Amino acid sequence: MPSKGPTATERFINGIIPENPLYRNLLGLCPALAVTNGMKPALTMAGATAFVLICANVITSLLRNVLKPHLRILVFTLTIATFVTIADRFLQAFMYDMSKILGPYVPLIIVNCMIISRCEVCASKQSVGVAFSDAVGVSLGFCLGLASIATVREILGSGTWLELRVLPEAWPNWGIMVLPPGAFLTLGLLLGGWNWYNARREAKAS
Amino acid sequence: MTKDQSGNLLGQAWLVLCLSLAFGAALAGVEIGLGPKIAENKRNETFGQIPSLVPGAASETSTEAVMDGMAVFEARAEDGSQVGWVVPAGGQGFADRIEILVGLDLPAERITGIYVLAQKETPGLGDFITDEERFRHWYRNQSTDPPLEVIKTEPQPGTGKIMALTGATISSDAVTDIVNRSVAEFKVTLAGSPAASGGA
Repeated sequence: MPSKGPTATERFINGIIPENPLYRNLLGLCPALAVTNGMKPALTMAGATAFVLICANVITSLLRNVLKPHLRILVFTLTIATFVTIADRFLQAFMYDMSKILGPYVPLIIVNCMIISRCEVCASKQSVGVAFSDAVGVSLGFCLGLASIATVREILGSGTWLELRVLPEAWPNWGIMVLPPGAFLTLGLLLGGWNWYNARREAKAS
Repeated sequence: MTKDQSGNLLGQAWLVLCLSLAFGAALAGVEIGLGPKIAENKRNETFGQIPSLVPGAASETSTEAVMDGMAVFEARAEDGSQVGWVVPAGGQGFADRIEILVGLDLPAERITGIYVLAQKETPGLGDFITDEERFRHWYRNQSTDPPLEVIKTEPQPGTGKIMALTGATISSDAVTDIVNRSVAEFKVTLAGSPAASGGA
């Protein structure tokens, strides 16, 4: 069955860089600021979000022909909330210490607009295959976004990357980088750099 | 038109109803599967925290006990002698249920420390209830009678007063309430148990 809109491959590629949820759409900023003081929590959050996004997109796509337009947001939220609860319980059972570090940010995946926007834009209109590859692409893009912020913050703030020492012991840890202001500064600078690079590239192309 | 719409309510809502049932069942299944594992993790964390809750106690020698239907932990020193109690307690916080461990000395006359096992309070405000420096230290070495009270100015230590967290009075009240309630309940249980007169 042909479905209108971009193909699965286009969706997949778009999700990673051209429509990166963090740097292009500015969605999902709450976890991007809150859990990026280290690579491990950032990657766990990216994994949990990917699980929720992929499951929600697939279910939404399966239901797309019976969705009532005015009840669709309700169905999206219900689906997302279910998978977030599963992810939360899973982390508590098998990654207990990490679930303590992430704390309320795992249940807060429910209100991550990035997920509901994918359900709305793609999954409720296109076939399961397209919705799946869209979810995987966007998840990779989100993971890339979180990892880029976490890399800067963990290296400058703790001198480590994935808890492995990369800077010499003599490095004076920049305390501000592991605190909330460090998240805003890093996101702002990376976003600025990204926009500057894109603007330059477009100027060159034209 | 109106009649049509009301007759159609079920026709419109069936999907939401069916999904709710299916998802509810799925969550129940997940809970059955993972619940025991999560409880086990919490138990391990409790044992790990016993030395910080009761001075002189060790994780390895401490034991679980059920007194009058109340599950508690007997905090024991390395030689096996009991030095205090750790009482698990819980109640409604601002956002979700808060679970706390309360450390008590042997006669349950003083609180030796508290620890927050689980909470989902507002990040940056209410979640400071987990912080020893900002909040939990107020409970250390407080008498269990009369009940603790939350105030908004800095109290003298050990006078039965807890300083509320800025911007999180409800969370502070909730924790104090849970501590007061569980301590009162435990004292009744302890008074009625044979261990109280003989000593452990």
